Amino acid sequence: MLLLAFDTATPAITAAVHDGERVLAESTTVDARRHGELLMPSIVSVLDQAGVTRHDVTAVAVGIGPGPYTGLRVGLVTARVLGAVLGVPVHGVCTLDAIARAAITAAAGREYLVATDARRKEVYWARYTAAGQRILGPAVGQPASLYPAVPAAGEGPLLYPAAFGEPIGPRYPAASWLADFVSERLAAGAVLEPAEPLYLRKPDARVPGPPKRVSAA
Amino acid sequence: MTAPLVLGIETSCDETGIGLVRGHQLLADSVASSVAEHARFGGVVPEVASRAHLEAMVPAVDRAFAIAGEKLAAVDAIAVTAGPGLTGALLVGVAAAKAYSVALGKPLYGVNHLAAHIAVDQLEHGPLPAPAIALLVSGGHSSLLLVHDVASNVVPLGATIDDAAGEAYDKVARLLGLPFPGGPPIDAAAGHGDRSAVAFPRAKYRDGTLDFSFAGLKTAVARWVEAREAAGDAVPLNDVAASFQEAVADVLTAKAVIACRRNGVTDLIIGGGVAANSRLRALAAERCAAAGIRLRVPRPGLCTDNGAMVAALGAELVARDVAPSSLDLPADSALPVTDVVVR
Ligand SMILES: [Zn+2]
Repeated sequence: MLLLAFDTATPAITAAVHDGERVLAESTTVDARRHGELLMPSIVSVLDQAGVTRHDVTAVAVGIGPGPYTGLRVGLVTARVLGAVLGVPVHGVCTLDAIARAAITAAAGREYLVATDARRKEVYWARYTAAGQRILGPAVGQPASLYPAVPAAGEGPLLYPAAFGEPIGPRYPAASWLADFVSERLAAGAVLEPAEPLYLRKPDARVPGPPKRVSAA
Repeated sequence: MTAPLVLGIETSCDETGIGLVRGHQLLADSVASSVAEHARFGGVVPEVASRAHLEAMVPAVDRAFAIAGEKLAAVDAIAVTAGPGLTGALLVGVAAAKAYSVALGKPLYGVNHLAAHIAVDQLEHGPLPAPAIALLVSGGHSSLLLVHDVASNVVPLGATIDDAAGEAYDKVARLLGLPFPGGPPIDAAAGHGDRSAVAFPRAKYRDGTLDFSFAGLKTAVARWVEAREAAGDAVPLNDVAASFQEAVADVLTAKAVIACRRNGVTDLIIGGGVAANSRLRALAAERCAAAGIRLRVPRPGLCTDNGAMVAALGAELVARDVAPSSLDLPADSALPVTDVVVR
């Protein structure tokens, strides 16, 4: 198998190619405003580095957030189109799970959180067992409402140090963890998530009241 | 030899438009609109539009190919609106276009939405006359352009300094209690009204520029309606709609004719959603005939935002061997009309 994995749900634009046993290539760039520009060149670059072509890809995996919507959608629409044209399955992975996977060792036997920037002074978060199993979330909320004694990975504990326990890194996800996660699940016969975005918030929109008067009363 | 098959993707506002064009021949035009989701908000909500684009993209493309009876693999190039428009909405289309480009191994063209509104007329009326004046009017734009060559040389002559013409329609519809988008219901009401009933102001009518202003007109309508209500009189909705519509069509067509005269141009093209308006079409036809100007207006379905227009411009670029865009193509919400292709 040849898995193409990528994630755009945080300021990191990350892509990787995995052959079912190991990561063949990875590219990660941090630029919160340029997901749309940088994702596809990164994908082309990891395919080249791995010495494969688009025709070799047998599955696509994509981070489904939660994360800022504009960047998140870049990853999702890219995954859906690649899947449709190449005729391969598209697997969704909660972005927080990909970060959680890389934090197991640092958690050192403790339960831990993953929290990423949700803007508006909030974080996207989830809670994991020491073995990296998600037990709460994903959810969006104020950092102060979370668990201050629990170690935490992701950008959340770096942005709001007072609200979290020990920051255990990593700050952003890497597509190689996402790819590892998916290839293990697939090997175990597990079913992954569909490539549907985890927005967690409704769009900001208010139904307007009656038109304002323009004449002086 | 058959002309290249071009896939066009348009997501600058609330329509997910997918078009398939071969040369000047339109093979498919599939539009998924989120307009119904915006109606209760009285205007397009960018986040709602962006979410809808993501959901609509792959099905809309598949539908376009089914309509055309073509296979994805037969595509020779992909064109996409790179701007101007709503950033989050544009980005869904641009990212999708890049993925189609890479997955199909075919070149990508990031194009200007306004130039595409002009190019679409080729699908209906054949090669564009050059030079021509273009009047583009919609909920997002109101511009007069001098088109030396739609694929390479478009010069802005004037634009709205405040609301777009279509925006004025939406706002006036709202204060008359008509639904969003305001163009169709106002046009329908105006059909039963007297367009000389109220002399609404024509801003910038004789200021010597080719710019427009519609914010004052909307306020004038509001003030007139409020005065009627304050006096306890019924509001003659049809007459207000007709008089408002007349003011808009009058300014737009008068300035379009001036733009032609000043530049020694004898061809006028009108595009954009407001070009579907019956009074604008009729008045433009009348004034162009009087001024010896040939008028070209695509059918209403090609005036509103769609993918066919993007494919039409893409086909023009491919036919001329224009170098494609690179894969790091950005979406630019304020893309100037002088940039027909983004590299
Ligand atoms: Zn438009």
